[in-house]
Amino acid sequence: MIRAKDISKRYGAVQALEGASLDLPPGEVVALVGDNGAGKSTLVKAISGVISPDEGEITMDDRPVRIGNPHDAQALGISTVYQDLALCENLDVVANLFLGSERRRWSWLSHISMERATRDLLTQLDVRIRDIRVPVAMLSGGQRQSVAIARALIGEPRLVILDEPTAALGVEQTAQVLDLIRRLRDRGLAVLLISHNLADVRAVSDRVVVLRLGRNAGEFRTAEASQESIVAAITGAAA
Amino acid sequence: MSATTMSPARKPLSPRQALDRVRRGDLGAWPVVGGLIAIAIVFGSLNEHFLSPENLTNLALQMAATGTISLGIIMVLLLGEIDLSAGSVSGLCAVVMTILSVRNGWNPVLAIVVAVVAGSAVGLLHGLLFTRVRMPSFVVTLAGLIGWQGLLLYLLGESGTINLPFDGFIAKLSDTWLPPWQAWALAAALVAVYGGSLLLSRRLRLAAGLPVTPAYWAAVRTGGLAVVLAGAVLVLQADRGVPLLLVIFGTLVVVLDLVLRHTAFGRWMYAVGGNAEAARRAGINVTRIRLLAFVLSSALAAFGGILAASRLAAVNQSSGGSDILLMAIAAAVIGGTSLFGGRGRTYAALLGILVIQSITNGMLLLNVDSSVRYMVTASVLALAVAIDSLARRGSAQ
Ligand SMILES: Nc1ncnc2c1ncn2[C@@H]1O[C@H](COP(=O)(O)OP(=O)(O)O)[C@@H](O)[C@H]1O
Ligand SMILES: [Mg+2]
Repeated sequence: MIRAKDISKRYGAVQALEGASLDLPPGEVVALVGDNGAGKSTLVKAISGVISPDEGEITMDDRPVRIGNPHDAQALGISTVYQDLALCENLDVVANLFLGSERRRWSWLSHISMERATRDLLTQLDVRIRDIRVPVAMLSGGQRQSVAIARALIGEPRLVILDEPTAALGVEQTAQVLDLIRRLRDRGLAVLLISHNLADVRAVSDRVVVLRLGRNAGEFRTAEASQESIVAAITGAAA
Repeated sequence: MSATTMSPARKPLSPRQALDRVRRGDLGAWPVVGGLIAIAIVFGSLNEHFLSPENLTNLALQMAATGTISLGIIMVLLLGEIDLSAGSVSGLCAVVMTILSVRNGWNPVLAIVVAVVAGSAVGLLHGLLFTRVRMPSFVVTLAGLIGWQGLLLYLLGESGTINLPFDGFIAKLSDTWLPPWQAWALAAALVAVYGGSLLLSRRLRLAAGLPVTPAYWAAVRTGGLAVVLAGAVLVLQADRGVPLLLVIFGTLVVVLDLVLRHTAFGRWMYAVGGNAEAARRAGINVTRIRLLAFVLSSALAAFGGILAASRLAAVNQSSGGSDILLMAIAAAVIGGTSLFGGRGRTYAALLGILVIQSITNGMLLLNVDSSVRYMVTASVLALAVAIDSLARRGSAQ
């Protein structure tokens, strides 16, 4: 299990995080919600190595780990899908999936092995793309999001962090991506979902963690929580 | 049965897919081939000498130098950058090579190597100014365009011209012709390797359960290559033979294409050109890729300049000047390399230079004044860029 404990981070005068904690067990989708400026992105950045927190620690199976940069995080099996996807639109699906970690033999690309692995992975995830050899620019928004998520799985991670994965999608494509998130959970991965959309959160998550002003402001089992109680925790009305 | 369900054939394009490709500017080489045929018809009917083996051989010789410079331009265009200094750098390095070998009596091969290394150093400087100082590439290389030409004039000094001995190694480069058996053996080997690699990759894909194109398609492509190569050898053979210069240029085209498409370095070039930020987050050293692209550009420009000096058997104050840069850029873009980065192949240089050089050659045969030639070359470049821009807009929708 990956755990962030009592994380604090100050930006000049702004205390972005003040002792926030988060448990991310395998096979569970945790949704991180909160108002704008609550500290969600900062907490995610601390876990994915984009920033280093002022205080607090991150543990893996109860051992503290050092995450100094995104590369450390990847090496520990923490994979992040950024909101802007970070795909190369001119490259095909295979090239994007393996970008930066191409399989090769004597610096010669192993096209066939990478394409085989891509097809297998997309089949497992039930992602349907008619021709994976066309540039990603030709794909729909949902397909691109799926490619970005599939790409996060290439390094066999333990935790996948998804930042607003459905924000730019229509109804049908959102449903596809939510299905994909469920499949990640079924693979035994820990999934951390950041979302503004409470409907999506309720549809796909197992647990909801609410941040408010940089602190934990509530935690719910999704199945048992009402929409009102989550909203109340986000706005602080219940306090 | 399972084999067919696991590996659906990759069908040749349906009309709709073909239309999709047209809209995103991915027409392949066909428009260029069409353009070449049109050029052949127009100039061939205006001047009976245009399609003669002798003139086509001259065309091949003229292509090699500017085509090599164009290959370098493609390296930076793939990143969405530009190198305006390529012409000047080609002239400068040709002068360096000539001074070393003629004035200082160096071994010509060593002089060539040193000149290409000097070109690489120039490229490294451009790259550092671009990546570290963050100057826009067009400003860096615009300064290079003037500055390196200034250095060329300074090095040439009073004399203004240095001749290369006609029977020396360097001049001989452009006056060496393959004997017929070598030309045919080379063509046959190319066809065999090409066909063999298509079949091998088809078998490996089938073994991995990946979709493949029908077998006849490999035969068609191999046959097409055989026809083109045999035609070229026949025509060139009817004059002095296949020029070594063409073989050198062709080798550069093929090797660079293999590097771009089959190595991680090549993949990263396209990635940086497509989305530099995504490439950076994927752990690619973007700065290093950019430096290498500028180094390659200037090194190829240097080599192209040396080939040009070999053909002229001299360097002078206009080495690397006049419309060489424009032609090199035009060749790259006409061949389908996008100015916006991330799209293009080295065969672009081959096809593009064939187009632009045959237009120039045809106009020279017709005694068209250089004023008109410049305007025509510029118009062709503008047209190619316009098509590239429209294709980009089409694919962005
Ligand atoms: N790089 C930064 N520099 C200064 N302040 C920042 C920076 N990043 C975030 N903050 C501040 O920290 C607080 C938490 O931000 P953030 O983690 O982005 O919240 P959320 O993602 O929940 O909207 C906000 O007040 C924000 O303005
Ligand atoms: Mg945020």
